[in-house]
Amino acid sequence: MPQLDVTTFVPQIVWLVISFTAMFLVMWKVCVPRIGGALEARQKKIEQNLERAADLKAEAEAAVETYEKALAEARATAHEEIAKVQADLKAKQDAEEAKLSQSLQAKIKEGEAAIDKALQDALAGLDAMAADVAQAACERLTGDAPDAGAVNKAVADAAKARQA
Amino acid sequence: MAEKHSPLAQFEIKTLVPLEFGGIDASFTNSSLFMVATVVVVSLFLILAMRRAALVPGRWQSMAELSYVFVANVMKDTVGSEGRKYFPFIFTVFMFILFGNLLGMLPYSFTFTSHIIVTFTIAAVIFIGVTMIALAKHKMHFFSFFMPPGVPMLLAPLLVPIEIISYLSRPISLSVRLFANMLAGHTLLKVFAGFIVSLGVFGIAPWAFVVALTGLEIVIAFLQAFVFTMLTCLYLNDALHLH
Repeated sequence: MPQLDVTTFVPQIVWLVISFTAMFLVMWKVCVPRIGGALEARQKKIEQNLERAADLKAEAEAAVETYEKALAEARATAHEEIAKVQADLKAKQDAEEAKLSQSLQAKIKEGEAAIDKALQDALAGLDAMAADVAQAACERLTGDAPDAGAVNKAVADAAKARQA
Repeated sequence: MAEKHSPLAQFEIKTLVPLEFGGIDASFTNSSLFMVATVVVVSLFLILAMRRAALVPGRWQSMAELSYVFVANVMKDTVGSEGRKYFPFIFTVFMFILFGNLLGMLPYSFTFTSHIIVTFTIAAVIFIGVTMIALAKHKMHFFSFFMPPGVPMLLAPLLVPIEIISYLSRPISLSVRLFANMLAGHTLLKVFAGFIVSLGVFGIAPWAFVVALTGLEIVIAFLQAFVFTMLTCLYLNDALHLH
């Protein structure tokens, strides 16, 4: 078995020590710091990005809050405005209505007065006409014209009796 | 000829360049060649992969980072944050054994982790290092490690020697586990590969077996590197926290 050949032990140990030491130095001084540095840099970058993401999220949330606040304010203002405009319109409408009804009332009164006057005039004319009719009827029946004053009095009496 | 086809022939150490320094035989052998190749491959892989370290890693950078994170997680799970400063060493152990195992899977290559002297040297360095860390950290209190708490004093004469033996056998079990796995796997591959030609048409059966076994061996290459690293971490944890 070649493994038990003692004469090969010394050169193997010598070269093992040489190569292992060389490799240890390369690993220790070059490779391990480089790989470790790369891994650390990556970890740092990831942490930074996560931090930034958290910051941005907080910012976005703040912006949403501000926006919602502004929206609520705008809504409230709009409601107020609408209420004000409605009240204004109602007041204007009421005033117009009152004015209109007033003028209508006045026109109705005027009309009523005109009707009244026409009635009075007609009624006054009626008396005279009735007297004329009575005088003419008497003249035709009796052949002679009665006294105008008597006829007028009789017509007025008859009208009074009927009204009573 | 028969010697060449022996399943163990693949483990032979062949001197490529004979060298000697101050009476020490430092010949450059095929084993040395694959150790150096492992160092070069791992270093090139990690350096080239991280040459343009990007925030979003590419394929190569992902693999380099994956190996780093893998070892880091094993360490974190077993040792905790206190073991951070030993990470470069543990990472070197893992990559050295893993790539040694994987390069050994290439045809005509040599697996230096299949030599007990190599695995035992690594395990012994780890064992001595870990014991020194424990002594430096806990001073004489370290020896309480051999007397588990809550055990009646009456059992101490029996338990303490057992604990000491179990502690001293750590480098042996650590090195033999890796060495034996590599030795057995590669020997088995060679044995079955030998049947392919000698069985003619029916060689398809051992051939299929060798294909499957090669896959298994690659898994074992990873697994043994992981187990070796994991146990090193556990020993380090014992040294740092005792019980």
